[in-house]
Amino acid sequence: MSNTASNSFISRCAKSRSFVIGGTITGFLLVCAIVSLFWTPGTVYDIVIKDRFLTPSADHLLGTDQFGRDVLSMLMTGTQNSITVGIVAVSIGLFAGVGLGLLAAARKGWTEELIMRLSDFSFAFPAILSAIMITAILGPGGVNSIIAIGIYNIPVFARLTRGSANAIWAREYVMAARASGKNKLSITLEHVLPNILSIIIVQATIQFALAILAEAALSYLGLGTQPPHPSWGRMLNEAQTLMFLHPMQAVYPGAAIALAVFGLNLLGDGLRDILDPRLSRKR
Amino acid sequence: MSVFFAKRFLTLLATLVGASVVIFTVMEILPGDPALVILGVDASEDAIQALTKELGLDKSAVERYFGWIFGLLQGELGNSYAYKVPVWELVEGALKITVPLAIMSMILSVTLALVIGLYAAANHNKTSDITLMGFSQLGISVPNFWLAVLLIIFFAVNLRWLPPGGFPGWEAGFWACFKALLLPAIALATVQGAILARITRSSVLEVYREDYVRTARAKGLSRRATLWLHVLRNAMIPVLTVMGLQFANLLAGTVVIENVFHLPGLGSTVLKAINNRDTIVVENVVLMLAGMVVVTNFVVDLLYAVIDPRLKAHDL
Amino acid sequence: MTLLTVNNLNVNLQTASGPARAVRDLNLTLEKGQTLGIVGESGCGKSMTALALMGLLPENATTEGSILLNGENLLEKSERELCTIRGNRMAMIFQEPMTSLNPVHTVGRQVMEPLRLHKRLSKAEAFEQAIRLLDRVGIPNPEERIYNYPHQLSGGQRQRVMIALALSCSPDILIADEPTTALDVTIQDQILELIQTLVAEEGMSLVLISHDLGVIAENTEKVVVMYGGTVVESGSTEQIFSQLTHPYTQGLFAAMPKLGLGRKGRLTTIPGTVPDLVNLPKGCTFTDRCPLATDICRNTPPPRSELGPHHQVLCHHLEQAIEARSRELYT
Repeated sequence: MSNTASNSFISRCAKSRSFVIGGTITGFLLVCAIVSLFWTPGTVYDIVIKDRFLTPSADHLLGTDQFGRDVLSMLMTGTQNSITVGIVAVSIGLFAGVGLGLLAAARKGWTEELIMRLSDFSFAFPAILSAIMITAILGPGGVNSIIAIGIYNIPVFARLTRGSANAIWAREYVMAARASGKNKLSITLEHVLPNILSIIIVQATIQFALAILAEAALSYLGLGTQPPHPSWGRMLNEAQTLMFLHPMQAVYPGAAIALAVFGLNLLGDGLRDILDPRLSRKR
Repeated sequence: MSVFFAKRFLTLLATLVGASVVIFTVMEILPGDPALVILGVDASEDAIQALTKELGLDKSAVERYFGWIFGLLQGELGNSYAYKVPVWELVEGALKITVPLAIMSMILSVTLALVIGLYAAANHNKTSDITLMGFSQLGISVPNFWLAVLLIIFFAVNLRWLPPGGFPGWEAGFWACFKALLLPAIALATVQGAILARITRSSVLEVYREDYVRTARAKGLSRRATLWLHVLRNAMIPVLTVMGLQFANLLAGTVVIENVFHLPGLGSTVLKAINNRDTIVVENVVLMLAGMVVVTNFVVDLLYAVIDPRLKAHDL
Repeated sequence: MTLLTVNNLNVNLQTASGPARAVRDLNLTLEKGQTLGIVGESGCGKSMTALALMGLLPENATTEGSILLNGENLLEKSERELCTIRGNRMAMIFQEPMTSLNPVHTVGRQVMEPLRLHKRLSKAEAFEQAIRLLDRVGIPNPEERIYNYPHQLSGGQRQRVMIALALSCSPDILIADEPTTALDVTIQDQILELIQTLVAEEGMSLVLISHDLGVIAENTEKVVVMYGGTVVESGSTEQIFSQLTHPYTQGLFAAMPKLGLGRKGRLTTIPGTVPDLVNLPKGCTFTDRCPLATDICRNTPPPRSELGPHHQVLCHHLEQAIEARSRELYT
């Protein structure tokens, strides 16, 4: 029985074009990140002035930048940064946001009202502006930009969780569980959370992509990852001044960001198809 | 209806008051003394104290907060610490860039989105639909500041059709300004348009499944007439929500694009003011932006009621 | 002259699990002014038949056979030609009055729409006509109600508006798909009576679709009983109700709640569920639920037997079925 169920799950995964393409791209980026931990084709941290602006060759597949660093190696190492940002920022939003959302749905009353008003309120500040303000307080830097993005993710997850959880709380089987005297915490853990998990996973994938974009934007403004650690956003920043002479320097890092975000968005779409067939048919 | 909007209006005011407190608090926490930043690290203790007093920063936080708010109520934004000019002068110039830019990209993005979204929905599951949605997926993934760089490389550096950045000022004439804002507007509109196109498409498809669409077809209306007369208005409700959010985002979220094109808009003004610890400028501009967001949402609510008569009756 | 003739209509739906045969080899005739009932459980193909008549099948549907309206085959007509027939010569009322009207337009505008479209009336003429129509379907204060939005009306009133809308161009045929299922019991009779009266006054033909034998018995002259996408029994209403024959028809009748049985009398049910339209048995589709079924039923399509000039049944075990009328086939 469970065998056929898992078979159909795998076949549904294989059938979803979005899932296959998105999963492949995401997997590829993960592999890049892991490989770059141990090996990169060229130097990332060493400045070799005589090798600056080399054109692509067998030694440097994508050439070198204004400090003679290997562009391909920098892109690969940059993957680590983006993935870390995504994981940490989404986790912050996920744990705090889902927790608050579940609390709001379970407690109702003023708790729900307070949590929802606060999250409404936080949307009055545009995302990038909030992140800039938070990094201004904490000071620029990789970790601080991650925290800033993570904080912004909290109300996103809180709203989504509370909305979906409320729908589950209204279901008959939850009523039945309440009638049989179960407390709210165990109902939340046994009935509510498992039923809204798929929606949350899909949203997490999308927020992951948005976190990568946001970090790139902050690094581009010089508020995120600091030198010498490679980050796609900062590579783009450094390349902009050279745009007239060496345009390709600006093309590569942006393409890497776009590829990562594209892969994750597709993965999210595919997961939605697979985890929630009802939703996907509506689309 | 009036109760609905009275409630919404009160929420709007409450949000603004809350926002002013938050912004003020954030600026209080912000490390760095404005006087120190202006005078530099070599300044003498006396000079710093004198400037602090001159700027009114020696007063208590509560006093300064109410001073700011009462000033605002009288239309008085105060003077910039760093430039010694009225804040309004700084803001006015920035608004003259940001607002036209936001409107231009909104027009572009909405046109793009409606054309693509409706065309894709009308050709649901055909090759053209799948291709368009693939491109829109790509459009969503592209960071707008990278797209901006690509546009500059292509249209400004290679073709030399449009300026790579900067703003000539409205004295230079409409055409010059339009040209200066065109690339930034395209960069902003492409990404937002891609998102909006997907929402338009799925919303139209969803409405197509409604019973009243079948009724309209049973009356003898053609597919096209049904789309225009019965589907579109209902499908616009979710599209409008996203449009509202996007417009608000365009006013404030252009920091990065302004940076790419060296446009002295609102975003750049805030960024520069934060770095200068010109807190009074930051407070006013951020509050203004938050105000624009809530007012946009309020206008969207008003439009809902125009589109959907059910909202007038239900006191949400 | 026969108004509507349906010959060997087949409707296939392309689904994720394969082609579903929603309607199979359906034959119907309808004279001018006649009333026809189509009865069966949900999923038996009755709504698909109605949508096929209107040319409003979902996009994944394909059709075979012919639907002749005054001798013209509707299945061969272009979409543009069909648009001049729908709402004009053939109109339809749907099951859900709550959702069948567009929430963002006034009821007046929606009633005026077919008049403007088919009759080319001016706005003022259509407005006058709409008020007359609303009055005729029993909407009080039509001069005021015409400015109302659907959410301001009750379910029964909305269904009245739907009827006004369907009647606006005096169609030859009115198709009513479960017009009262979603309404309160007290309103159901009023709506059915309204349809009856209007159909008689206008000399229209009526196709009434319902799962409720009682509704069909009271409102139609002819009946078609559908099961698993095909007709299992058809004939004049009188004949069929006096001589329930097909085991399925007998089951439907037995499953009707009867007055006076009180709490002690249990409701009879037909065991099993409707067949999967993707994997239909080769023979009779009712085999799995039929108390009389034998091996032949599963593998051979049942023959058509004439029980009288206006009564046809498709069953392998006709004699046993007739014999079973006197006792309870289902317990």
